[in-house]
Amino acid sequence: MPFDFGKEVDHVARLARLSLEEDEKERMAGQLSDILKTARRIQELDTTGIEPTSHVTERPAVLREDRVRPSLPLDKALRNAPRREKGFVKVPRITVSEQDQK
Amino acid sequence: MRLYEMTAAELSRRLQSREVSSAEVVRSFLERIDEVDPYLRAFITRTPDLALKSAGEIDSRRMRGETLHPLAGVPIAVKDNISTLALRTTCASRILENYIPPFDATVVAALKKAGMPILGKTNLDEFAMGSSTENSAFFPTRNPWDPGRVPGGSSGGSVVAVATGMAPLALGSDTGGSIRQPASLCGVTGLRPTYGRVSRYGLVAFASSLDQIGTVSTTAFDGALLMNLIAGYDPLDSTSLPEEVPDYRAGLEPGLDKLRVGLIRYGRVDGFDPEVTEAVNKAASMLEEHGAKVGEVSLPLTDYGLSAYYLIAPSEASSNLGRYDGVRYGFCADGDSIEAMFSRTRGEGFGAEVKRRIMIGTYALSAGYYDAYYLKAMKVRTLIRRDYEKAFKKFDLLLGAASPTPAFKLGEKTEDPLQMYLSDVCNITDSLAGMPSLAVPGGFHSSGLPLGLQLTARPMQEKLLLKTGRFFEEQRAEYPLRPSLDFLEERGGDYEI
Amino acid sequence: MKYEVIIGLEIHLELLTASKLFCGCSTAFGREPNTNCCPVCLGLPGSLPVFNRRAIELAVTAALALNSEIRLWSRFDRKNYFYPDLPKAYQVSQYDQPLARGGYLEVDVAVGKRRINLERVHLEEEAGKLVHAGHSIIGSGYSLVDYNRAGIPLLEIVTAPEMHSGREARLFLEDLRTVLLYAGVSDCKMEEGSLRCDANISLRPEGSSILGTKAEVKNMNSFRSVELALDYEVQRQEKVLSGGGSVVQETCHWDEENKQTITLRGKEGSSDYRYFPEPDLLPLVLENTFVEDLGRSLPELPSERRERLREQYGLEKEEAFLLTANRELGDFFEKAAKAYPVYDNLFNWVQGDLLYQLRENDKKVEEIDPNLLAGLLQLLDEGSINRPVAKELLAEMVQSGADPKEMVRERGLERISGRDRLLPLVEQVIAENPEAVENYRQGKNKALAFLVGKVMAATKGRADPAELNRLLKEKI
Repeated sequence: MPFDFGKEVDHVARLARLSLEEDEKERMAGQLSDILKTARRIQELDTTGIEPTSHVTERPAVLREDRVRPSLPLDKALRNAPRREKGFVKVPRITVSEQDQK
Repeated sequence: MRLYEMTAAELSRRLQSREVSSAEVVRSFLERIDEVDPYLRAFITRTPDLALKSAGEIDSRRMRGETLHPLAGVPIAVKDNISTLALRTTCASRILENYIPPFDATVVAALKKAGMPILGKTNLDEFAMGSSTENSAFFPTRNPWDPGRVPGGSSGGSVVAVATGMAPLALGSDTGGSIRQPASLCGVTGLRPTYGRVSRYGLVAFASSLDQIGTVSTTAFDGALLMNLIAGYDPLDSTSLPEEVPDYRAGLEPGLDKLRVGLIRYGRVDGFDPEVTEAVNKAASMLEEHGAKVGEVSLPLTDYGLSAYYLIAPSEASSNLGRYDGVRYGFCADGDSIEAMFSRTRGEGFGAEVKRRIMIGTYALSAGYYDAYYLKAMKVRTLIRRDYEKAFKKFDLLLGAASPTPAFKLGEKTEDPLQMYLSDVCNITDSLAGMPSLAVPGGFHSSGLPLGLQLTARPMQEKLLLKTGRFFEEQRAEYPLRPSLDFLEERGGDYEI
Repeated sequence: MKYEVIIGLEIHLELLTASKLFCGCSTAFGREPNTNCCPVCLGLPGSLPVFNRRAIELAVTAALALNSEIRLWSRFDRKNYFYPDLPKAYQVSQYDQPLARGGYLEVDVAVGKRRINLERVHLEEEAGKLVHAGHSIIGSGYSLVDYNRAGIPLLEIVTAPEMHSGREARLFLEDLRTVLLYAGVSDCKMEEGSLRCDANISLRPEGSSILGTKAEVKNMNSFRSVELALDYEVQRQEKVLSGGGSVVQETCHWDEENKQTITLRGKEGSSDYRYFPEPDLLPLVLENTFVEDLGRSLPELPSERRERLREQYGLEKEEAFLLTANRELGDFFEKAAKAYPVYDNLFNWVQGDLLYQLRENDKKVEEIDPNLLAGLLQLLDEGSINRPVAKELLAEMVQSGADPKEMVRERGLERISGRDRLLPLVEQVIAENPEAVENYRQGKNKALAFLVGKVMAATKGRADPAELNRLLKEKI
């Protein structure tokens, strides 16, 4: 079955917040179509009644005690932040569509 | 024999008997790095000053008569996706080119506590996504057996460092073969421990349910020494296993009586080099000659495992790599709105393979496709685990190849991601099932390139793997394997090709 | 056409833990920006989450208080979206395997009690906080991020779409707050954001069984604004529908300043959260005994307490309501009632003077020892002090915590009674006021009141008025 990823590229790239050049998109459409074609081979397997494995570790979560531990000093916490202002991290304008997904 | 040619065990012995100082050992490795690395390029960041400083500290502590860890003073190289306090950790990505972690990974803290000088941070495929170390945003690493070929990946830097005596030991990480495949392509020993045996805290996540830190060494015994240090429960990693850590060095002496070995007959897998199959068969006969019972075992889902892996790993990666958005750390592009900044930062900061995987993963998790891709792949993962459970009812150990071919040429697969993915086909099902798995040298290809065997055991049976690895070492006249590096002399000082 | 209003609420509340859900950073409110942060809550590469036991306990306690069914096996998932206050670009939350399902709250509405059902209760992590340069989020040139709040444990409660007006939604929310305060799981401060509420609201023609298109209303920062915003939204949708239009599925923000909702319309399909099981956290498996122990230690909840207070102390419905408005006031009353079992009088003093003095002195009821009030009322009943003195002592008791009994003893404030003590005072006032004495003798009753007043002034009101009257009449 032919599979064309081309028409999905823009939508998926936006979901993933990846700006792609036109030639990049084209190349990616071809490569991802091939990869997904191979990946889709798992459809051949019958998995009726099979539980998915999301963790290979078969034990319950561990719980830690509610104790406060020292936080990072401010200069260490923000050391790697590209843009800072008065102890905050600075980011550009937030658009309406970004706000909507919250 | 020069110091840099020695195993970690031998260095440990000489340091403990004070025949050598750690400073001398570290200097020997640093000189070797200066000599070899400009050509092979295993290191992204070298830390000679730090290494000498901690060597000096260990030497004075030893002088004072303090009781030290057996590996105290033995230097090590660390893959650059493992966080090091105040030391740049790049994941070989532009997006983290200048990122300086404010904390040590749990394994790095253990190295420091034991007094192991860190020689530097080694090259990898960007965010450990790749099988050749060509996806590094900075430069590719070359195979020491043939510099026109890849060392494998993603832990190519760690493997080359150990193969060429630039470091006696290295830490790597293995998600779908990233330790085992390069180890086999460069003729060293690489262990992927049971999922959860070594803390992942501080390992920059690629695919969290598959990632595992492991060892790269020239011998199985050296791997055991390092495992003694890094294995164990970590309260900072919820997926780490609480089971007691054995002494991995103890009981590695040969003795294969009654060992039941399953020789893997892979399902539909193309592209196997016949010499690889031959080497695996020869290894099986060796085991048999020494008392093991060898039978055939089929893992019919190997091929489907690859498909499932290339859905599960990218899905998790698409989520794990969301945090590189230019806000708190890393590369940040301009943008007049937050969305523009996010998209440009990620579009410009990530390399092609990382972007491909983010795209696949985002797609596989997105509305309308989740059931057919991600969920289906997780069910296939259950089937694969059942295959292993079945196999381990009959056998104690599974034997196969660590790579379907010897090292391939630089650039040979970069334009064809699917072919690149296929080079992990032998390693992936172990990862999906969470089994411990060891790559150990298995002779040479007619081209002169090393070949690797892969041994897989039940969860927590790393010791059995190391013991069997050691058996194979003892069958060889010469061990460890060392590439000649003739090309260094041929080219004189001219490292650029 | 008449429309039926359908409202469902989504409530978020921060749980009262000392440290965050997945790391040891403090949850303290009001610290300097980005000083309660570590590699885990900043989402630094390589960091991993570990559950806080207390957060799980509080979440289970809250769910039990809301009559939800605890699921012993639940799972955490990643909700993926990009936003600068979300450090990992995913929120660890619960999707298809939540901690608790179902539940309800009995809400007293205008027409008696109504049961509002819940759909689910689950645990997740809080995001950081954005500060906007300029007026509001939209139109700001840039924003500033503070991650102190990121990673605080957050409980999400989703109700069934069963409320029919802004008023009902508000009453539900107020009752929910009281229950959760009783359960001690959160401080539920809407103004500080530790309790937040979003609403889904739709209209349908009365009698129709098909749900209309809903709008989601956000940014309602007080109980009052929940009511105002939803009423506004009802009117807006009514106008659209009766004008022959149709409601668009959208998200709106309540604009507190202009008292209206503003539409935030994003690009279509922008929210595809790509939920999948969080690989870094193993499933949460609770022991039956863990849940049972928390159930046993669950305090009595307001509705149960109301019933009991009415029965045990013979209080009226409204009186019981007043005492259960917060847990501490009820506790105070019940403790005082043990030492002073004249319940109706106690209630009157609590409702009147005590609450007044607490307000005046900006004190909390838990700062006052209930036994002191009981002692004070006993003094009054015994006749050791009179009412004006009692009121003064209560004021002082609230201000300084002083024991009324001791104040009376130290300052000689007991009532002056008995012939021996009062007679000299009476004789003195008769001697000093011959004119008034004469007036009384001539039948002017007012003159007696004047003389009583003189004695009272001299004794600062401590003389026993009945006995004083009797003695004055006798002597004149």
